[in-house]
Amino acid sequence: MAAFILSRILQAIPVLLVVGFIAFALFAFVGDPVVTMLGQDYTEAQRQALIHSLGLDQPFFVQYAHFMWAALHGDFGISYRLARPVAGLIAERLPATLELAFTASVLALLVGLPMGVYTGIYRNAASSRLFLVFSLIGVSLPTFLIGILLILVFSVMLHWLPSFGRGDVVHLGWWSTGFLTISGLKALVLPAITLGLFQMTLIMRLVRSEMLEVLRTDYIKFARARGLSDRAINFGHALRNTLVPVITIVGLQFGLVVAFSIVTETVFQWPGVGLLLIQSIAVADIPVMSAYLLLVAVVFVVINLVVDLLYYAVDPRLRIERRAAAGAR
Amino acid sequence: MRGAARALARFADSDFVYSFSRSPIAILSLLVVAVCILAAALAPLIAPHDPFNLASLNLMDSFRPPLLAADGEWTYPLGTDDQGRDVLSGIMFGMRISLLVGVASIVFASVVGVAIGLVAGYAGGTVDAVLMRVADIQLTFPAILIALLVDGVVRAALPKDMHEALGIYVIILAIGIARWPQFARTVRGSTLVERNRDYVMAARVIGLSRARIMATHILPNVLGPVLVIATLTLGLAILDEATLSFLGVGLPVTQPSLGTLIRIGNDFLFSGEWWVTIFPGVALVLMVLSINLLGDWLRDALNPRLR
Repeated sequence: MAAFILSRILQAIPVLLVVGFIAFALFAFVGDPVVTMLGQDYTEAQRQALIHSLGLDQPFFVQYAHFMWAALHGDFGISYRLARPVAGLIAERLPATLELAFTASVLALLVGLPMGVYTGIYRNAASSRLFLVFSLIGVSLPTFLIGILLILVFSVMLHWLPSFGRGDVVHLGWWSTGFLTISGLKALVLPAITLGLFQMTLIMRLVRSEMLEVLRTDYIKFARARGLSDRAINFGHALRNTLVPVITIVGLQFGLVVAFSIVTETVFQWPGVGLLLIQSIAVADIPVMSAYLLLVAVVFVVINLVVDLLYYAVDPRLRIERRAAAGAR
Repeated sequence: MRGAARALARFADSDFVYSFSRSPIAILSLLVVAVCILAAALAPLIAPHDPFNLASLNLMDSFRPPLLAADGEWTYPLGTDDQGRDVLSGIMFGMRISLLVGVASIVFASVVGVAIGLVAGYAGGTVDAVLMRVADIQLTFPAILIALLVDGVVRAALPKDMHEALGIYVIILAIGIARWPQFARTVRGSTLVERNRDYVMAARVIGLSRARIMATHILPNVLGPVLVIATLTLGLAILDEATLSFLGVGLPVTQPSLGTLIRIGNDFLFSGEWWVTIFPGVALVLMVLSINLLGDWLRDALNPRLR
């Protein structure tokens, strides 16, 4: 187990180094900070002095090493647009994005899983067909259109929910949370549905098809013959065996949640990291872009690791196979 | 001529056409796609108004409601926007740009992907390992994120006025780069199979060069699945472009695609002019949904295992 985790972490290092290299190359090849910082009038000696003080006269790979070392210590440079350290900018906006992504994922699981089980068990019921049509719509609508439609119906027409921002937030140390105020919770509803809908329909369809497959197998028939209750069969035996692919897809889809949080945050003017990225791309704010790239890479690597570890928790066969393989060696 | 007629007759009699004629969803999707392509291709000829001709615009005509509303008129069936531009004509010209960018980026992605897949599959060894590892790493990131970052980098590298002019190529490049790995992986898989066939061995024995074997012998035999992936990814590429344009980092406003129209219309949602954003949205969803359904059907029809 420890060896497995270690090998996974070792595999992740090259990925992070490559992404770091791209992030650094952005700095190195795009734009010229020296010209920007010197302004209009300067002598060649001033230029050389600045180049030296910034360390730009050092070999490329030395600069790269410096960059990665600084990044490891949470130093991503200073935003061109806002003239503030990028690490601080991101830290202050990260809670908004994480709370949104978390709520959306929980929502997707809480609704998608039962709907998948239901449509898998009663596959010919009219309500199941209705769910399936609904899920097809969820898959084909682009995220920003879902957001626009929700705003049109619930904000513009019904005036029930706010259409932008986070509402009132409570500060707990450096973390700002919208979970503790009424307006914060109300502001969370529409963005969370927008972001979670795609994942929800995906989970539902996946659980449904896996349930259909598992319910046909012999051990389910055997469980029925033993006289177990439907509840024990459906949830204890069938659902449990559908979870491995569900975990894989949900885990890998978390990347899409991160990507589409950019879109959702733009539609709802949600003050998160995604909105920061869009504002930075529009004015070519390289430090923010490269910090975001590194952050996303770390998030993805961690998620892949967690997904691998969850397999072990869910599927006992994997543990035995690994032990057997280790024993044979 | 007779040969062509006979080929046509044989095509009309094939399983492919038969299964198409038996699938109402495929027929309906093809119809919608055909209407979209026609509307886009003939937009300058058949669009009721010219949204780019500033002389024909009249601010008095701004925010005319669509026919669906009680006071709509036939002059502007889907209403007008804040500048008095006809929404229907805007959608037709927007589809032109959306389809153009979508198709061009998929052509770009498939050329790059097929080339890399062929080389990786045929060369094997280190070349294969490195190329496929790159594809794997890229696949862990969502395509839209890659496209966004490529677009951002190019935007930063180009001077502003140049970016305006080159905007459409930048988007094609960004989406193309974001979508190549799937093509490469599929082609590599089929190349690995084809490489050990007798005809490749024979070509090697008569001393053909590697490039020649790859291009004229293996390539035609691995292109089948590429068509299916291209259709399925076309819908995604169009959505990528719409998303980027919606985020305001896509095409310049001088070349409004459906995504740009939706973003512009979004500003008027609160004052009640919903048609400016909803109709382009409906057009986008209908087009992408039809392309996806057609792709699904094509995949099932060309896959002998599912018959």
